[in-house]
Amino acid sequence: MKQGIYQIEENIEIAKNTWKMRLLGDTSACTAPGQFVNLKLSGFFLRRPISVCDYDQNSITIIYKVVGDGTKAMTTMAAGTEIDLLTGLGNGYDIRKAGSTPVLIGGGAGVPPMYGLAKALLSSDPQRNVHVILGFNTADEIFYQEEFKKLGAMVHVATADGSAGTKGFVTNVLKTLDYSYFFTCGPAPMFQAIEKIAKTSGQYSFEERMGCGFGACMGCSCKTKYGNKRICKDGPVLEREEIIW
Amino acid sequence: MVNTNVNLCGITLDNPVIPASGTFGFGYEFAELYDINCLGTFSFKGTTLEPRFGNPTPRIAECPDGMINAVGLQNPGVDKVISEELPKLAQVFHKPVMANVSGFSVSDYVTTVEKLEGHGDASQQIGWFEINISCPNVHGGGMAFGTCPQSAAEITQAVRKVTHKPILIKLSPNVTDIAEIAKACEAAGADGISLINTLLGMRIDLKNRKPVIANKMGGFSGHAILPVALRMVYQVYEAVKIPIVGMGGVSSAEEVMEMMLAGATAVEIGAANLIDPYASKKIIEDLPKVCDRYKIKELKELIGGAH
Repeated sequence: MKQGIYQIEENIEIAKNTWKMRLLGDTSACTAPGQFVNLKLSGFFLRRPISVCDYDQNSITIIYKVVGDGTKAMTTMAAGTEIDLLTGLGNGYDIRKAGSTPVLIGGGAGVPPMYGLAKALLSSDPQRNVHVILGFNTADEIFYQEEFKKLGAMVHVATADGSAGTKGFVTNVLKTLDYSYFFTCGPAPMFQAIEKIAKTSGQYSFEERMGCGFGACMGCSCKTKYGNKRICKDGPVLEREEIIW
Repeated sequence: MVNTNVNLCGITLDNPVIPASGTFGFGYEFAELYDINCLGTFSFKGTTLEPRFGNPTPRIAECPDGMINAVGLQNPGVDKVISEELPKLAQVFHKPVMANVSGFSVSDYVTTVEKLEGHGDASQQIGWFEINISCPNVHGGGMAFGTCPQSAAEITQAVRKVTHKPILIKLSPNVTDIAEIAKACEAAGADGISLINTLLGMRIDLKNRKPVIANKMGGFSGHAILPVALRMVYQVYEAVKIPIVGMGGVSSAEEVMEMMLAGATAVEIGAANLIDPYASKKIIEDLPKVCDRYKIKELKELIGGAH
C-alpha cells in the first residue's frame, strides 16, 4: 500500500451513470489486476474504495458507477484536480491457475477489473484463449466492449432486457462455453447464479462496506473455510473452494 | 526544543499520542508504512478470552464528519494474541504497549488479564491494561458494565487483584453521569480513566428503509464527536485525581492539545487512523511546531489547563 496525491487527467462519462477517471501518479504499489484504490473526497469522512480497471507506469484508470453521494461528487471533479489515494490495496486476482481458456465474467460495476485481468492474462500468454462475458441491464450501460476486443479477448455481451447481445444474464452465456477456469466480479445475485453452474475452479471478487480499506478496522470481515478474512486486505478476491455461501 | 514527554501512570511516554484500540490492529499493518516506535504507545485490538468473529456485515456506515462501526470485538482470542500477535508486534514495536481487554463477565476480564500477565513475554510487552467496559456492539457485556457505577467498580476491583500494572478503565459516553462512574472506578483501584468510547448511533438506508448496519446500531466516532469527548474529559478531570487518557474525534496536533487542556494526560487517536494511515505520525510531527506557535516549552504543562 502507498498513499499519494494523484492528478486527474481525465474524468468522462462512458456509459449511462458510468464514468472513467484516469489518475496520474506513483503506481509502484499496484501489483496485480483486481486490486483497488481508496479515494479521499472532500466533504466525505470515509474514503471510497474503487477497483482498478488498468494501470501502467504512471497512471491508474478507474471506472465507477454513480450509486451515491460520493460517486456523484466524483463526477464533478475536473481534469487537473488533485486527489489523495491509497493504492495497491487488496490481493487481486492470481492468474497462475487460469489455464488455456479462462473465462472472465463481469457484471455492471464489476466489469472494470476484468479489463486489467484480461490484459494480464493475454500478456503473460498470448496463445491463451480468453473469454470475457460482460453483463449489463440495458444496452446504454455497455462499456469497454471494443477495448476488450482490442486486447484479443473473445467478448460476449448479455443484457437483462435483451437490448444488446444475449438476452438474460451472464450465466446464459457461461453455460454455452468450455473453459479452464473462471474469474468474476459483480453483484451477489450474479455470484450465486454462477456458483450454481460453474464447471471449474475460479475466483470471486467481493464488495463490502469498508472503514479503512487496508486491514486495520475489521469492518469488512467474512468467514471462509480457512478462517476469518478481511475483504479489503485478505481479499477482495477469494477462491471458489474457500467461500462459505 | 519542546519537551513532549508525559507520564502516564508511572511510565514516561515520548509524546502523548496513542492510536486507539480497534483502529490500529496489532500495529504491524501500520509498521509496513512507517516506524511505529515514534508513537507514545498504542492500544492494541480489543482482546477477549475466546476468539470472536464479531457481528454480521455491513458493520460500517458513513456519517457527516464521522462513521459508525459495529465490528463487535472481532479478535483471535487471548491465547492467539499471546502466541501469534504479540510476537509479531515485538518485531516492530519496542515500547510498552497498551493491552485493551474486553469481556462478557467479570471472570472473562480477570482470566484474560491473568493470561496476559502469566505469559512472560506478553507481560513484558504490556505497559498498561485498558479495560474496555464500554463497547456498544456486543450483547450481554461490554457497555453494560460501563453504564453503572457498581459494575464498573466490580470489574476494576477484580482486575486490580490480578495485576500490578496500571489499569485504565475505558468508559462509555452513553451514560447520564460519566463523572460518577469515573469516581467509582477510581475508588475501586483504577490507575487511570480512558474516555470516550463511541456514541451509540444509527443510519438508515432510504432505498430499503432499514438501518445500514446489520446490527442496526453501532458506535459513532470520528471528528464529529470531538466536542462531546472534550466536555466529558473536562467533567471527569474535575471528578477524579487519577490521569485521564482522552479520545474522541481527535485528528490534529491542535486537538491533542485541546484534549490535554480539558484534562487528558495522553490522547488516543481513533477513526483518523482509518482515513489517513499516517494520521498519528503526522500529529506527532506537528506537535512541536504547534507548541512553538503557542510558546509552549513543556507539553505536559497543558494538562487540565482549561480548568
